[in-house]
Amino acid sequence: MTQKMKLTQLTEMLQELNIESLEGVTIEGDIELNITGGGGLNPALAYALGSEISQISLHMANIGRMLGFPAEQLFASAFGMSGVPETQAPSLGTTPRMQELLASKFEVARMSNWNNPIQEVTLGATSADGGSRKNTVTIGGENALPYYFDASMPHRNYVTMDVFDMPIGMAKAVKSNYDDVINDPAEWAKKVVRDFNADMVTIHLISTDPLIKDTSARDAAKVVEDVLQAVDVPIVIGGSGNPEKDPEVLEKAAEVAAGERVLLASASLNLDYERIARAAVEHGHVVLSWTQLEINAQKELNRKLMKQCKVPRDSIVMDPTTAALGYGLDYAYTNMERIRLAGLMGDDELTFPMSSGTTNAWGARESWMVASPLKQDSDWGPREYRGPIWEIVTGLALSLAGNDMFMMMHPTSVQVLKEITQTLYGSIEAEELDISNWIGAEV
Amino acid sequence: MKINSPLEAYKYLPGTNCAICGEQTCMAFASHLIDRSKKLSECTPMLEDKFRKKLDQLQGLLAPEIRQVEIGVGEKIVKIGGDDVLYRHKLTFFNQTALAYDVWDTMDEKNLVERVNKIQDFKKFYVGNFLTVDMVAVRSTSNDPKKFASAVKKVVETTDMPLVLCSFNPDVLKAGLEVAKDRNPLLYAANKDNWQQVAALALEYDVPVTLFAPNDLDLLKSLAKTFAEMGTEKLVLDPGTFPSGKQLKETFSNFIKVRRAGIDGDREIAYPLMAVPLTAWMVHDDPVSASYWETVIASVFTIKYGDIMILHSIEPYAMLPELHIRDTIYTDPRKPVTVDPGMYKIGSPTKDSPVFVTTNFALTYYTVESDISSNKIDCFLWAIDTDGIGVEAAVAGGQLTAAKIKKGIEDSGFNMKDDTSHNTIILPGLSARLQGDVEDETGSRVLIGPADSGRIPGWLEKNWPPKK
Ligand code: B12
Ligand code: SF4
Repeated sequence: MTQKMKLTQLTEMLQELNIESLEGVTIEGDIELNITGGGGLNPALAYALGSEISQISLHMANIGRMLGFPAEQLFASAFGMSGVPETQAPSLGTTPRMQELLASKFEVARMSNWNNPIQEVTLGATSADGGSRKNTVTIGGENALPYYFDASMPHRNYVTMDVFDMPIGMAKAVKSNYDDVINDPAEWAKKVVRDFNADMVTIHLISTDPLIKDTSARDAAKVVEDVLQAVDVPIVIGGSGNPEKDPEVLEKAAEVAAGERVLLASASLNLDYERIARAAVEHGHVVLSWTQLEINAQKELNRKLMKQCKVPRDSIVMDPTTAALGYGLDYAYTNMERIRLAGLMGDDELTFPMSSGTTNAWGARESWMVASPLKQDSDWGPREYRGPIWEIVTGLALSLAGNDMFMMMHPTSVQVLKEITQTLYGSIEAEELDISNWIGAEV
Repeated sequence: MKINSPLEAYKYLPGTNCAICGEQTCMAFASHLIDRSKKLSECTPMLEDKFRKKLDQLQGLLAPEIRQVEIGVGEKIVKIGGDDVLYRHKLTFFNQTALAYDVWDTMDEKNLVERVNKIQDFKKFYVGNFLTVDMVAVRSTSNDPKKFASAVKKVVETTDMPLVLCSFNPDVLKAGLEVAKDRNPLLYAANKDNWQQVAALALEYDVPVTLFAPNDLDLLKSLAKTFAEMGTEKLVLDPGTFPSGKQLKETFSNFIKVRRAGIDGDREIAYPLMAVPLTAWMVHDDPVSASYWETVIASVFTIKYGDIMILHSIEPYAMLPELHIRDTIYTDPRKPVTVDPGMYKIGSPTKDSPVFVTTNFALTYYTVESDISSNKIDCFLWAIDTDGIGVEAAVAGGQLTAAKIKKGIEDSGFNMKDDTSHNTIILPGLSARLQGDVEDETGSRVLIGPADSGRIPGWLEKNWPPKK
């Protein structure tokens, strides 16, 4: 190879070797590097330049070798390396062997903009506070997303189990647990606390709906008294969802439950929320502020409850609506996550603990249908197992979005949801497991 | 992504507004680059020599914070990683979590093939598509290179799905690689003891590799840094998935920490993450409890940053929720999923066939459509333009009204009186309150169908043809 190389050719060659990104550096004359761009190289730039220049020198050396010059020996003597490196330059895509791991320390910052704690809300009242509950339940108080290392979570998640004041249609897998108590809300309430480890009980007064039985507010209030007698955990009182009737029903219920600090479900924008709020304030209860998957509606209702109805901050819980897995959970999850993040970052209209109607999961056909209505689907397997896991995954997703309290129905779902949320919360002990050889595990 | 405003991207574009990319202006194109709805390669003028430098720079600026890694080849190739945000509402999550189900090399051949087929055949219809799982993980429980090679061979013969080859023994991995080297499998795993040999394999065969450092993020980062230095960034990080107690809580923290650091700009650890919910089987004896707990762990790490996971249970009650929670988290929150409004013929409808009304929300439309078509019911189905809102919410929000229904039917050139023998419209059960209005507006008879379209077949048996 005696051919002389022109600089232009050399430059082209370098370009092919992919070092054209070297801005501010030109190669001139008899290969002289000219670094422009004003004095005062900052260290990062200096490093980058150093790296680029070294790369160039490697490329140059390679060119040298192509021209027949033993460049590697030059390098070896220049850097005091012994012998000839057995591999080529790394930039040409081969493997340098390493003897030791490069040392490294993992570091990560805590979130700096979560400065606003979520409001703490206590449900239930013991005799010391004029109620008759054996214990109270406090939710909220978070300073971070749930279970995050940024700040410890002050309270675990709680589950309140559904009880209805009349028999209703339920998925078979759910109903089989309640066949014996379906006509007796008090017994039903006892059963969920005693047998299924419910932290709280929700009594749904659905028979008051004018389109169902139109039970009077007075009769409905008797059921509330029965349930308060039957169990000593804090309770939630739900209406029928009828916007005309609910205010009256919840007012009466609030009155008979005075002092017990129940959660009144719910105040919403499409009914006379003021009556419900007033009943709560008057009798010392907490209001569930329910909106349908809309963060601005949630702000509006919370604002109205605080400003217009004078509900104290420690007496509001939000229900931003739960849609089941596969049926809008994507909306419900993100809605809750946005609400919680906004609260932590200082939006005082959204700093309230949240509650989820996780039972909605039983509306998803995957949870209750015997088999897929679609022939092309793979077998869906036994629905006894499909239903509870649908309720669990729906609730679990929302727990990660910041939901504090879960309204649920199936005993298995309750048990598993409590176990996973409390594990992430940090209160479940388990034997330490060595997973370093999990591949070989006999499972 | 290092930049976050269209203006910053615009600076690098040619600025000619030539519209080749399909946008009217370079600025419009720039905003699509920022929300990642268009690729830089769609601006072909940028490929000209004179833009080379800018192209490279812009590509660097637009690269996602978390590296994207490809596993497998051909149609079933799986891409993982590539994310830019910690919360899906900030943009969307890209490249949904890849689900790999395991087989092991001590299985007898018949069972192995049967299991692989179950994995690759599993499907569930949802919103116009089938949800399916992605990969097969082959575990070496024998620790015998020959056995492993023959199991991998069987898997390769049975499926095109991408593979994870699992062993801590480099000889075993090498034996598997020899059989599957054309498939670009993911190696699992390099750890603190075998990393040199596994790195050599990853580089020699040019395949992606998982780094395993159970509950040791310093080690994990060291491994990642070392591998990158040695010349590969096709890395997947496994910080260990501990299945219970405080260890699980710590695993949760590790996933959050690694992803946060990566999104915050620590390139040395910005790789896709692997979770192994399979470890649930190491603490539960009863298969139902193990499947449940595995599904629960899988759900946690689908939501919180797992990009790929290895699972064991192939019970439908585990796979269905796993597929759905993944779809939930990876649905692009920016797009309402809709179908084109209009009339759809299902099967071969005649004048006597029923006329159904539904909405153009994709979830609703496809649910109804598949319920009808899979039961071989010939009919006309109208997707009314409700701006992509489902039945109940559209009735509540005023997007599904009698006038809309009338317009929807008329716009498709259909005439109820001439084109049907019965002049009867069937509405969804959840829109019962529109019955009177629709009758007045259209002059047709209106029947109220069941609340769930899954019950249409039974309902038709009782109510169709309509009584005169
Ligand atoms: C997701 C959701 C939303 C999403 C909607 C997303 C979308 N693209 O549709 C968003 C957040 C936008 C939303 C908003 C609102 N929502 Co909304 N929403 C839901 C939620 C959680 C799920 C709805 C859903 O997607 N279901 C799944 C789909 C597939 O069901 P579907 O369309 O009804 O289809 C089924 C049946 O109708 C039937 N079917 C369908 N077509 C046909 C056809 C025939 C012929 C037959 C026979 C059957 C049939 O079969 C299908 C499969 O089962 C429900 C609560 C719940 N858990 O059900 C509330 C719910 C529907 N929403 C409600 C309300 C009030 C609203 C808002 C008005 C709230 C507000 N104040 O802003 C707004 C209205 C928005 C608008 N219209 O512009 C109420 C409706 C109450 C009522 N009965 O009037 C509900 C029930 C919540 C509640 N309990 O209060 N919502
Ligand atoms: S193709 Fe490129 S140059 Fe042409 S308008 Fe689009 S962004 Fe601008």
